[in-house]
Amino acid sequence: MADFRIDREIETATTTVVRKRRNPIADFFIRLIKEKPLGTIGLIIVIVLLLTGIFSDLTWLGFPSVEDGGPGLAPYGFNEIILKHRLDGPSIEHLLGCDNLGRDLLSRIIFGARISMIVALAGSTIATVVSFFVGAISGFLGGRYDMIVQRFVDAWMCFPGLVLYLIVMSILGPGLLQVIIVLGVSMGLGGGSRVTRSAVIRIKEDVYFEAAKAIGVPTSRILLRHVLPNILPVMIIGFSTGLGGFILAEASLSFLGFGIPPPTPSWGGMLSGTGRTYMLQAPWMALWPGLALSIVVYGVNMLGDAVRDLFDPRLRGGLGRYGGISQEKLAKLVEKKKLGVESPSEA
Amino acid sequence: MRAYIIRRLFLIIPTLLIITMLVFLLVRFIPGDVIDMMLAQMSEQSGMGAELTADYLRHAMGLDQPMHIQYARWMGFIPQETGEFHGIIHGYLGESLWKNEPVLKELLERLPVSIELGLISLITGWALAMPIGIYAALRQDTALDYTARSLAIIMMSVPGFWLATMVIVYPSIWWNWTPSLEYLPFVENPGGNLIQFILPGFLMGTQMSGSLQRMIRTMVLEVLRQDYIRTAWSKGLGERTIIIRHALKNALMPVITIAGMMLPMLIAGSVIIEQIFCLPGVGRLTFEALTQRDYPIISGINLVMASTVLIMNLVVDITYAWLDPRVQYR
Repeated sequence: MADFRIDREIETATTTVVRKRRNPIADFFIRLIKEKPLGTIGLIIVIVLLLTGIFSDLTWLGFPSVEDGGPGLAPYGFNEIILKHRLDGPSIEHLLGCDNLGRDLLSRIIFGARISMIVALAGSTIATVVSFFVGAISGFLGGRYDMIVQRFVDAWMCFPGLVLYLIVMSILGPGLLQVIIVLGVSMGLGGGSRVTRSAVIRIKEDVYFEAAKAIGVPTSRILLRHVLPNILPVMIIGFSTGLGGFILAEASLSFLGFGIPPPTPSWGGMLSGTGRTYMLQAPWMALWPGLALSIVVYGVNMLGDAVRDLFDPRLRGGLGRYGGISQEKLAKLVEKKKLGVESPSEA
Repeated sequence: MRAYIIRRLFLIIPTLLIITMLVFLLVRFIPGDVIDMMLAQMSEQSGMGAELTADYLRHAMGLDQPMHIQYARWMGFIPQETGEFHGIIHGYLGESLWKNEPVLKELLERLPVSIELGLISLITGWALAMPIGIYAALRQDTALDYTARSLAIIMMSVPGFWLATMVIVYPSIWWNWTPSLEYLPFVENPGGNLIQFILPGFLMGTQMSGSLQRMIRTMVLEVLRQDYIRTAWSKGLGERTIIIRHALKNALMPVITIAGMMLPMLIAGSVIIEQIFCLPGVGRLTFEALTQRDYPIISGINLVMASTVLIMNLVVDITYAWLDPRVQYR
């Protein structure tokens, strides 16, 4: 591009302007809030989810459960059956109404947040680890090993996700741990490992990699000190963009009855099973869990998108409205530098 | 080009073999208690428990043989006990445990429903995604772009099964209208059949259009940044010409590759949607087979699905390489 030189100048200018020396994590959040309004909304939703999940009750700190008068966000226990309130509509006592067994829906949704949170975080962590071990090592070793591993990944990716999870779940039987492992491993093997692998292959062509090899740095050290830090952004992007998929997949599995068994309140599970027969009498039973699910997945996806935009090395600080600074800021900078040329991102 | 095609065709063979192994292993690694469960379920539901024993069932499913023999028999490399060759490579997918009918027949019976549903959702998905995606790219960073992008993320975030439930629950409360939950075959009632498919097809299409729209937007944006677009502008061509003749033509070519990715999405989506709307398609067959633990059907469907996806991807890649001379045949 003709104005490549200008781009460069602007990039140096902006990086010095935008990036003062800060803690990288603080820097990330400041950029997120400043540049990504939708991402910030996502972040708020995710924080609310995390807080709800953590503080729905405090049994994990040794306090008694909500039913026994312990502290917690949930007004009732998730399986606290009050038969006289069966199918009650929303009221002051039960803000979102009750289900067919007289359980408080608000409480069940609050406890459901915990399940979604656990599945998303644990599943995505497993997927990231699997994708590192399969993808990075396959890309790093290359050659015949890569060839064989990639054929397996090819084959694995040909199976439609949900069908595969359903089969494995039907063999393992329902349960939280099974859901996490099945989703984590298969998502890590599929898309995740591919992305990691291609990132590693790109790194292998870099000079520092060659230099490290040439002076005889041991393989494990190259992997740890050179490969890992450089594919970290890719892995963080993979982690955060995958979260929504895990929540949805868990909900779908539980909806179909192969995920987390009742009475554990999974949002997907609340929409299925015996409850379905009562939904015409008590439509709130169907409304709230799905709404919670939609809002949370929306927030997580928004945050994931923003994280990707902020981390994507191809777009970072360069041309773009994605990368960092906005169009107006760029234009102002161009003016400030008195370069007198049209904004380079016009193309 | 020819070398590329040949290379790709050769690469498909090991992948296909691995697919058959995966399908085989997934289904054969049934722990023992599942056999007992099948036994209990079968005797409960069909009353033929008397002559069914665990050993008989294991024998019927060939589970009493060593793993490699089971695999070779299933594939049709070595003859069955009866002495005939009867396996995947002969186009024989096995027999349903419950209905004693060939899996292939069952599959072919259900396929038209899924294809109809898939077509409707593909059409809706593309019809929604194309204009929105292209327009969002052309008006990048305007309010319209932001709205379109949020909309796309909403479409991707709202779970299909919830939307479908809402569509069934609320209209029936407000207007006393429920979608027909009884399948109307096309041959008998074409109008009713189409009306029945439009709602689920539309729901699946909306779901799909979210990610489609984002991909279209990215690709159009990428092309708009190319040098030849700048050249076109500086030549003084009109916006219409540039966008339609220069940008879209190049941007939409990579979109073809998405076609390969759509298929697994469609199949996965159909499992849930067909279940909710009671459409007797392949998705519902899969689900029924899973709840009944009818493993021959499960493995048959999966084998067919995965191979179709694989071949579809190959066709897409080759078409793409053929259409776009810049693709390196590596």
